[in-house]
Amino acid sequence: MGGYGDIQMIDENGIRMDGRTATQVRPISIETGVVPVADGSCRMTWGSNDVIVAIYGPMEAHPRKIQRQDRAVLDVRYNMAPFSTSDRIRPGFNRRSREISKVTADALESVVLLELYPRSKIRVEIEVLCAEAGTRCVGLTAASVALADAGIPMTDLVVSVASGKVNDVVVCDLNKEEDNYGEADLPMGVLPNSGELVFLQMDGDLSPEEFQIAWDYNVQAASEIHKIMVDALRRGGAN
Amino acid sequence: MKAGHVARLDNMSGNSSADGPQDSQLVVPGDNLGNLGRFEAGHGVLIKNDTLLATKNGKLIIKNDVLTIEPSHTTYIPRPSDLVIGYVEGCTNNIWFIDIGAPFNAILPMSLGPSKASFGSTRKVLDIGEAILCRVQEVEETHSSVVTMKGMGLRKINTGSIDEIDPHLIGYLKINNNVLLKEIKEETDCRIITTDNGRIWIDGNVSGITLARNKLNLISENYHNLIDGGNK
Repeated sequence: MGGYGDIQMIDENGIRMDGRTATQVRPISIETGVVPVADGSCRMTWGSNDVIVAIYGPMEAHPRKIQRQDRAVLDVRYNMAPFSTSDRIRPGFNRRSREISKVTADALESVVLLELYPRSKIRVEIEVLCAEAGTRCVGLTAASVALADAGIPMTDLVVSVASGKVNDVVVCDLNKEEDNYGEADLPMGVLPNSGELVFLQMDGDLSPEEFQIAWDYNVQAASEIHKIMVDALRRGGAN
Repeated sequence: MKAGHVARLDNMSGNSSADGPQDSQLVVPGDNLGNLGRFEAGHGVLIKNDTLLATKNGKLIIKNDVLTIEPSHTTYIPRPSDLVIGYVEGCTNNIWFIDIGAPFNAILPMSLGPSKASFGSTRKVLDIGEAILCRVQEVEETHSSVVTMKGMGLRKINTGSIDEIDPHLIGYLKINNNVLLKEIKEETDCRIITTDNGRIWIDGNVSGITLARNKLNLISENYHNLIDGGNK
């Protein structure tokens, strides 16, 4: 949140800088099976975001101290490629990637049937090739598709999307400018079939009414994105 | 693997499960498959609040009112008496550690190994990286397993080639009294042994092995289409 509220990012007709209305999401495409050596994989493009997720396992958890006797552990690594943004990112783990890896693992743990694989580990590698805005949402959504592609049993898919406030207007799926200069950001992860919430973060300030609008926008967008995820998996499964 | 099919909102396949579960329908995790009273839950189906939910991505099979999902990808989970091909990953004075393609390595104790093994000479008998045909003897609750080489035909693999397909496709190769497997054997003039962990030992001349591997890869890639063709 840059907080530069004087930059006009929505016109008087409610059209945003990239031509979308307040409720529209950026174009999304999903492709499964893009990493042949992985047990499951997925490439997701969402606007200019481009993310590849590869799943390995279940496999023996190493080091042994991370093993859980009653269930598997999810080892999620979110990483942004050095060339993914206009400013080069120093390679390797940093505080931001650790945080996103942690919240992604927490969200996925609520749907993956980990108790079927005691003492093992499922590796989830999220690699951001091109970042625009909302990469944590893209990473989480793509990871859920890749896990399903890998045949890991899950109770539902996780759909993640963010809404926020720009020029005092609540809008869905923030782009780069809106994310940088907007006033608030509300990424959410929902289970589309049960409607349960598995991931919620908020940056900036939203009134209770604005929060409710952002929530509704996210749930509505999640339902659209879920259709694309299901379609990608069905196309992959049919081959 | 299956790449090259991109899903977008303007490019949907239109497969819907609104009319309740149908045989051979493609399902994804979280799909509602109806209420418990009408159907029973089989492999890949979970009961939640009297509702049947799909937990895997794959094809729904309805047989005798039991819903099962034939997954598009599976991990091998060992069961006692499974015939498997394993690779030696390590050894101590009296135990070999065998990679059988499961989440956990199996152990092969010296007492269940080749008869000529003696204490301290395990590596001389089976060295790291070598392949063996063995049988799962025991699986613990924690999924650790013990394999044995005591039994008819169980031995070290010295010749031929080992190919790997998804374990659930092995059953497909064996349907109708091994008709598909017999066909490949006759065409390629190769000896082929399929194992429960999805590894296949192909022994013969080089051209025959190449042909057999190509055929197995073709079956693996077009498995769902072949099943559909068989159902029509």
